[in-house]
Amino acid sequence: MTAGDLHLQSLTQLARGLGEGDFTSVELTRALLDRIAAHGAELNAFITVTADAALQAAERADALRNNGEKGVLNGLPLVHKDIFCTRGVLTTCGSRMLEDFVSPYDATVVERLASAGAVMLGKSNMDEFAMGSSNETSYFGPVKNPWDLERSPGGSSGGSSASVAARLTPAATGTDTGGSIRQPAALTGTTGLKPTYGRVSRYGMIAFASSLDQAGVITRSAEDAALLLGVMAGFDERDSTSIDHPVPDYVAGLGESLKGLRVGVVKQHFDEGLDETTGNAVREALAVMESQGAILTEVDMPDLDLSVPTYYVVAPAECSSNLSRFDGVRFGHRAEDPEDLLDLYCRSRSEGFGAEVKRRIMTGTYVLSAGYYDAYYLKAQQVRHLIADDFKKAFEEVDVIAGPTSPTPAFKLGDKIDDPITMYLSDIYTIGANLAGLPGISVPCGFASDLPVGLHLVGPHFGEPEILRAAHQYQLQTDWHTRCPEGYE
Amino acid sequence: MNAAWEVVIGLEIHTQLATASKIFSGASTAYGAEPNTQACLVDLGYPGVLPVLNEEVVRMACKFGLAVNATVAPRSIFARKNYFYPDLPKGYQISQFELPIVEHGELFIADDDGNEKRIGITRAHLEEDAGKSIHEGLDRQSGIDLNRTGTPLLEIVSEPDLRSAKEAIAYMRKIHAIVRYLGISDGNMQEGSFRCDANVSVRPRGQEEFGTRTELKNLNSFRFIEKAVNFEIERQIDVLEDGGEVVQETRLYDSARDETRPMRSKEEANDYRYFPDPDLLPVEIGEDYIEQVRETLPELPDAKRQRFVSDYDIREDDAAILTISRALADYFEAVVAAGEAKPQVAANWVIGDMSGALNKEGVEIEDSRVSAEGLAGLINRIHDHTISGKIAKEVFEAMWSGEGSADEVIEARGLEQITDTSAIEAIVDKIIEANPGQVAEYRAGKIKLIGFFVGQVMKETGGKANPGQVNEILRARLES
Repeated sequence: MTAGDLHLQSLTQLARGLGEGDFTSVELTRALLDRIAAHGAELNAFITVTADAALQAAERADALRNNGEKGVLNGLPLVHKDIFCTRGVLTTCGSRMLEDFVSPYDATVVERLASAGAVMLGKSNMDEFAMGSSNETSYFGPVKNPWDLERSPGGSSGGSSASVAARLTPAATGTDTGGSIRQPAALTGTTGLKPTYGRVSRYGMIAFASSLDQAGVITRSAEDAALLLGVMAGFDERDSTSIDHPVPDYVAGLGESLKGLRVGVVKQHFDEGLDETTGNAVREALAVMESQGAILTEVDMPDLDLSVPTYYVVAPAECSSNLSRFDGVRFGHRAEDPEDLLDLYCRSRSEGFGAEVKRRIMTGTYVLSAGYYDAYYLKAQQVRHLIADDFKKAFEEVDVIAGPTSPTPAFKLGDKIDDPITMYLSDIYTIGANLAGLPGISVPCGFASDLPVGLHLVGPHFGEPEILRAAHQYQLQTDWHTRCPEGYE
Repeated sequence: MNAAWEVVIGLEIHTQLATASKIFSGASTAYGAEPNTQACLVDLGYPGVLPVLNEEVVRMACKFGLAVNATVAPRSIFARKNYFYPDLPKGYQISQFELPIVEHGELFIADDDGNEKRIGITRAHLEEDAGKSIHEGLDRQSGIDLNRTGTPLLEIVSEPDLRSAKEAIAYMRKIHAIVRYLGISDGNMQEGSFRCDANVSVRPRGQEEFGTRTELKNLNSFRFIEKAVNFEIERQIDVLEDGGEVVQETRLYDSARDETRPMRSKEEANDYRYFPDPDLLPVEIGEDYIEQVRETLPELPDAKRQRFVSDYDIREDDAAILTISRALADYFEAVVAAGEAKPQVAANWVIGDMSGALNKEGVEIEDSRVSAEGLAGLINRIHDHTISGKIAKEVFEAMWSGEGSADEVIEARGLEQITDTSAIEAIVDKIIEANPGQVAEYRAGKIKLIGFFVGQVMKETGGKANPGQVNEILRARLES
């Protein structure tokens, strides 16, 4: 390949090319910054582009490489979702509340990737405080889907998915509370990995719903996801909910064939509500896996249809408390000339938060209120256990669980934004994994009406090696993940 | 107090745990630093930060639980208490709600009649302190100091077992002594390390049902608690006797006016929306851990008091005073160990002159200017008749002023007692000669004048003559 094709290469390919001296990190970084300059505005995928810092980091990476020192990601560019705190760089979380907030510290994810040599190109646009499934709740405007600029790239990690799909970056970080990595990956023909809850540190990741939030990546391939996860994963003493569990070599485990892999197909995920063409693409993908030696069995998960209502009690409850710190007192948006303390609080928060965030804060406040706690929050926690039990039971029979990532391909911007319930149902297949704390991945598996479709694979706790390997083997057999939207080749 | 009414009091004591760093962050807990210099990003509630539990607070809470014969919960949960206030950076306080770390404890106090009385301890839970709002000297603005934010607190909640302000004080003193013995709190009330809210109600004597209670906030000295509680009891009785009803509310004690006043009722409507904090794991404590902590427990005040009475044969109430603090008790024992006199003499000195000197200068026994060995040296000189008890007070003062050991002071000031009979006789003769009138009166039967003669001899000898010998020789001479 020539330097002109660098943007088309996967992270793994780029790592090889850098290692062999085919090009430098500065050349690569400059090429991608040029693409961001050319396409960033039409996609609105970035809130901040850190061009100068990126070039400096690339220079350092090249110097290190010349000295023979190199981290696994040395000189490789990537983008961070704007929910990760980045020292000295604007960190907005897609909100007016943090429009001018420059973080004084780096998130653990940012720190680990940077120490491995990764070069940050910028911060990607997202739904405000990660609350949304279309990227339309961002204070900085919706991100466009490179497959059709009138459509949503999914959300909340929409800037990450769009920028990876449009070949503006080989990889981007994301966060997934109910599907915010996997659904945008499905809608943009990219690969999106949400690890096991506790696998990756949440320190420095602005909290939406603490018991569900998990950091992950959006990439061009499962192999790239494996490469990044190896760097990001691991215990962090600054996050009590991160788990001290050994980090395997995810890349090394990819080679094993699908022979004998038991794949559970969730009965309930092919019910009405699933777009027919999407369903067909997913069924074909499962047939490919079967032809590769996987054994398909149907699994019954009767409580899974309770996952959306359960999620929309638990997540708002936690967010209503997590977002209380945005009060206009110490950082973030502050109303001008407040009359008194109450006025300062009310106006700072009214002005700083958008409609969806307010809706969830109010819902969460309600379900935690005296007299409603038992009926809503406590009940939801109980149902959450039932859902987790469903998965546990299923994993006694199968190695991975498969189905569609999203019920429909990318929808038009404006279509669902005024109908929250319909919007919430976009995550109907992904939310279960968050409630149960399980790892999940979405891989491109075909098209419906010329729009990408995602295959969703869920593994047991710390089952990242299984789902990454299944996804990788599938990607060896298919080329959906290499398809590039027109105009971005 | 009032025969018709029975008082019911329950206390919530907030004791600051003496850890070097905060409960959920690495920032220092030292008192008195410049505002906002001891608050890190976690304390400031910055976006993305997370709390990490300081394990030392768990150990301290566990110690307390064992000291009051409570159950240390095998599993306790941190919960968020949600409310907005400028000195509460996260908009919620991390506390424990449904599953506290310590439950079902007890301790014993002396009731108003001097009988031993059991007071139940409902629970003790861990929580973080808030910051401080500062209103003075800021020209109609308010300042916020977040140094205190995240300081670990153990909130100790009693059962409504207390029946008078006096019992409440006795209970609080006991808790104060226990936390200091355990070394889990400095108990410094002036710095707010030990403060208390009191729930007070009254009911007609004989009625089982509790009356409506009020909560008195932030009582930070034993004296104020007594005054506030007594004021509140009188107020409630007055209200009820006038046919009114006590309103359930939070009241603040104004020490300047010696009265309680309702706080703004806006705070009353708070619904704290407690729920388990998803950022923190449940605290799990195994039997092994509990046993390990149990082994580190020191001798506690009650046990020490009983031992002092039985081992040293000192008065019961002296033993109680000496065991108020572990340092005082240790000091007393060191004096006894280095001394030759009876322990009761040591007790008298420690409780008397020593405590007086400490109080006068406002220092703790740890910072005493006279060491236990020094005091024992002084007591030994009384015991061997080198000096009299009266001269000893002068020697003590000199020692306190840094003039050296008892022997050095006695030597330097020439205070050694005159026990040479002929020397005393010579002085006695001189006094008799100089006061013929008084001698005649004495001999005429006014024997009370002996005091006058003793005084004269002591004056002449600078108090150094052995009082027993002086008496003996005087009587012999006057009656001859």
